[in-house]
Order: sequence, then C-alpha cells, then structure tokens
Amino acid sequence: MKEQQEDVLELGGHTFHSRFILGSGKYSLALIEAAVRDAGAEIVTCAVRRANTKEHENILDYIPKGVTLLPNTSGARTADEAVRIAHLARELGCGDFVKIEIMRDTKYLLPDNEATIRATETLAKEGFVVLPYMYPDLNVARDLVNAGAAAVMPLAAPIGSNKGLVTKEFIQILIDEIDAPIIVDAGIGSPAQACEAMQMGAAAIMANTALATAGDLPLMASAFKDAIAAGRKAYRAGLGRVLTRGAAASDPLTGFLRD
Amino acid sequence: MEKENHFFIDSDKLSAKALEKKHRLENDPSCRKDPMEYFPDMEQIKSDVRERVMAAMHAYEPEQYTAIDVRRALDHERVTIEDFQALLSPAAKPFLEEMAERAQRETSRHFGNTVYLFTPLYIANYCENYCVYCGFNCYNDIQRLQLSHDEIAHEMKVIADSGMEEILILTGENKVKSSVEYIGDACKLAHQYFKNVGLEVYPMNVADYKYLHDCGADYVTVFQETYDLKKYETLHLLGHKRVWPYRFEAQERALMGGMRGVGFSALLGLSDFRRDALATALHVYYLQRKYPQAEFSLSCPRLRPIINNEKINPLDVGEHELCQILCAYRLFLPYVGITVSSRESATFRNGIAKICATKISAGVSTGIGDHEEKYTGKHEEKTGDEQFEICDTRSIRSMYGDMEGEGLQPVLNDYLYV
Repeated sequence: MKEQQEDVLELGGHTFHSRFILGSGKYSLALIEAAVRDAGAEIVTCAVRRANTKEHENILDYIPKGVTLLPNTSGARTADEAVRIAHLARELGCGDFVKIEIMRDTKYLLPDNEATIRATETLAKEGFVVLPYMYPDLNVARDLVNAGAAAVMPLAAPIGSNKGLVTKEFIQILIDEIDAPIIVDAGIGSPAQACEAMQMGAAAIMANTALATAGDLPLMASAFKDAIAAGRKAYRAGLGRVLTRGAAASDPLTGFLRD
Repeated sequence: MEKENHFFIDSDKLSAKALEKKHRLENDPSCRKDPMEYFPDMEQIKSDVRERVMAAMHAYEPEQYTAIDVRRALDHERVTIEDFQALLSPAAKPFLEEMAERAQRETSRHFGNTVYLFTPLYIANYCENYCVYCGFNCYNDIQRLQLSHDEIAHEMKVIADSGMEEILILTGENKVKSSVEYIGDACKLAHQYFKNVGLEVYPMNVADYKYLHDCGADYVTVFQETYDLKKYETLHLLGHKRVWPYRFEAQERALMGGMRGVGFSALLGLSDFRRDALATALHVYYLQRKYPQAEFSLSCPRLRPIINNEKINPLDVGEHELCQILCAYRLFLPYVGITVSSRESATFRNGIAKICATKISAGVSTGIGDHEEKYTGKHEEKTGDEQFEICDTRSIRSMYGDMEGEGLQPVLNDYLYV
C-alpha cells in the first residue's frame, strides 16, 4: 500500500492524492458535497463570473475548507478578458490556481487555443498555477507548457455532451509526448470513460455534467472515484496484450527460420 | 374562440382632429407610411439575414407535416431546420410530452438546473407609436410619466435592496422624450446598483448602441412582434416602429455596436404563431452563424389585456401551443437562453422552468415609478400606467423560494464585466 500512497498528482508544486476534479458547469451544494465526500475530490472548479455575487448563492460559500479552489475564466472571449478575470479571482481570495477557458463561440463552447496560449504566458509569469482548457493539438500543448502551464487540459468531447473519449487518439498523443500532466476535461460521461482515459495515462479527470445529471448523485460520485482509481492502477500496472483475432498461434509463423 | 382581437379603442379625451387621424390610420391603408421605407435618421446595414429568414418563413407550410416527420425529427440527434419545422407543426401536438422530456435533457446539458432571475424597470411610458395592441400606444388614455435621474436611482435602489443583481431597463418608444442620452444616464446609474444591465428600448443605430454599451449596458432585446409584414403593417400604424426592416436589423446593429448578447421574440397571438416562431428562431440561427461569440436569448410573450381594452387575448396560442413552441426552440437551439415573462401564470412558469426556460422575471411592474409601492406598500404619489397586465405577481423573495422548491437553483448573476 505504501507504493499506492506515493502515487500523487503534482500541480505547480502542490500535491494531490485525488485524481478527480469537479468541473464548474452545473453547480449545487449537493453536487459539491457528493464530489468531495463520495468522489474524493480535492480540487473544485468555480466560475468567477458566478462567484462575483452579492449574497444568496455565492458559490464560494459552498466550497468546503481544505479543498483547493480552481477558479475558471468562463465567459472570457479574449486572452485579455481571461487575464482580467484571473486577477479578479485572486482579489476575491480564490488562491493562485486558475483554469483558463476562452471561448469565441457560445454554441459549442470550444476553446480558442491561440488566445489560451497568450493568456497562459501572461498569467504564468505573474505566478499563477495555470491549467489551460484546450482542444487537443500537440503543437498547442507544447506551446502551453513552454508558456508555463502546470498541466494541459484537453477536451474529450464537446462540453456537457457526456460523449466520452471522442478525441481519444489525440489525447493519447499528448500523453505520450508532453511531460506535464494531461488532465482530461469536458465530455467524460461515465465512469467507464473516465477509467479508459486514466488507463491511457491521463493524470486526472475533470467532470461535472456526468455527475450532475446522474440519477443518484452520491452513488455516481463514488463510481467515478473507483473507476479513476482502477484506471490509474491499470496504467501503472502496464496493460496486458490484446489478442486481435482468436487465440495466439501455437506454432509460430516464423518457426521455420533456421539460424 | 374569436378569430381576431378587436384592438381599436377611442378615448373621449382625444380631439376631433386626433380622432379623425386615428380613424383614417385604422381604416385607410393608403394614408399609412410604407413600412419598408426607412426614416432618414435610420442606419441601413448590409445583411442577408432578413432575406434568409423570410424566404424560409414564406416556404413553411405547417399543415404539410405528419407524425412521421415529427418522429424522424425526434430521432435525430441534431435537430435540423426541417426537423424544427416539423416540431412546430400541428402534427407534433401528440408528441408534446416526449418533446418536453428531451427539452429537459437538453436544458440540463447546457444550463444545469439553474434558473436565472431578473426584473424589468420601466423608466418612461411616453410613446410616439400607434401599435394597436399596446397599452403605451400614443392614442391610449393612460397616465404618462418619465422618471428623473433621481427617481431612477431611487427605483434602482429599491430593486437592488431586494437582492436583484440584473436589471432590464425599458422605455416607451419616444426618441425625443427618452433620448439615447437619457437612456445612457439610466445605464450608468444601473451599473452602480446591478451586476448586469440589459435594455429593451426602441431600435437605434450602431453608434447609439456603442454609446450605451460604454454606459454599462451589454444586452439588447428587441421584439419583432410579428415577422408577417402584411400583418405588421395593419398593427403598427404610426411612428418609427412602423418601419419593419429597421426593427428586424436591430439585434445585428446592437452586436455591431459591441453588445454581448441580444434577445428576440414575436408577440404570439398577433399572426400565425407557427410561422412567427419559425422566423424568430431562424433570426437567431442565422445571426449566430455570423456572430458566434454573441449570446442569444428567446422570449415568448403572448398577447395580454391592456388598460382600456380588457379583451385582448392570445387567440389560438394556448398553454399547450406555447409549451410546444418553447420545447421546439430548445431542441433546435439548445444553447440559447429562454425567458418566460410574468405575462404567464405562476403555475405555467414553475412548470416551464423545469423543462426549458432559463430566465424568469420576478418582482415585476410594467408601470412607471411604482416599485417602492409594490415592494414595500409605501404609497408613491407619482406613477405612470402599465404597458400590459401581468399575470404572475410574485416578489423576488417568493420567486426565489418557489424555484428552490421546484428543485431548481436560482441564479442572480452569471456574467462579469471585465
């Protein structure tokens, strides 16, 4: 078990034991409770635009102590706006973590990779732990890491779609080629999909809609916890071979070679 | 059910000359201005959106769709324009529950279980238009009022103290009385009291929208009322609002002026509601393709009684039809906000908020300067009459509680000015 405890997620000098991060799309007290208690989340995202409220439903009040806040810049349409929202998050006492989300499209909410690189560069220089949400593109991932990103957060499928690893091949390339942690964000719709991403070598999973729209929230949160742990174990164990057709040939095809 | 509303009401306070002009406008189409002709001060922009919307609307024959078309539409993962037309058709009526179930899933996917609360603030009811169904129309005998700077600030404070964080500023359409500068001043004031400031005022030019954006407003709603030009011409008899294409292009000019988002609607009950619903949604659809960064929202007002004409009603647009339209909107445009106003009953609004509405008003007055009286019971000397009779009179506090009771999460602010 000792080895298990040492398997930690490091982000910008901070250490986490959980590899489940709660996204920000659909907020409720019940969701945050389930994510922290049943899914073991140590990082919870919040939209700064929603936190900037006078009273009533200020979501910052919902975040339990000891949980790391990950404010996001949703609503930003340019690098400049993202930077300003990050500054506001700092002023509101949200800490130094920031998840960059820049969208120029209100229909699909797909990230603007180019603007994200620029915002990452600015905020990393200012000492933020920058986690950029991006469309999985190897060149962009390299640029983000060079710009100072603490991790790279590629989308698996359109946000809120619960469609799973639609961009699987490209996420695998990022996992293989990028040294920083790859956190799969957006589109993960079930524990099985989360498990698969972890098995591929993802460092963590961010999800929200999959939990928020589940029939039994705490039970689904707990299922995600188990699935992520199982996927992580499988990745660390090294996957076994996959037989593509029938059984392995008992007589090797190359058995005739004589030297 | 009556086939048409009877809109024309004569006030005994009108002079003989005014009455004569009113009757001439009502009865003699040749004395009315061409609704396609812009006034000289109206900016004309180059856009193909109007042509595309109108071509689709004119080609739409709701009666041609069958249950097979509706079934096909509901089986498609992405609802096409053709599918949307089937969902709006009479053939979709037996599928309403299934449409509602799917609409609920789509709403949940895009908006979670949140419902956004806002309140409108009417700051003036002077109007130069003669729109025959509207309580503010220039021939209607109502108490007129325009709030001063200090009176606006007072009303805003009363509303802000109730916990509201978004305000929608409205005026009657009168550019002389309620000038762009007057509205701009109200926006600057609103910016001090609220997190978000929206406008529902007369259509204006790009430079005016830019100015009002600089003053703190960032969302513009303009109702086209009806996309049926022939019908529009018989309902909007006088004033700037008579110019139909200038109104149609208002949202695009607002976006060109830098506004973050724009709202749309037809006033249901004025014309063929299925064609109007199609045109409204396509108006959003085509503008979204041109301005993908913008936010869009749809409203769905039905005709309501006004002061001096209690009989005005939405004709064939019952609650089932309204629900069908809203579900079809949600399936075709899942990312778009849907606002349901206090024209509808508390029961309807509670139900529709669980299916597809994302934004509802609370603590509403469509009169002028009477928030303190309505919120606290303190009598206010000077008030202006209402644009229409509201149905759901719930306060912000009771709406907040009721929405929580429905299992929804009320949200008061969802945007940040940076």
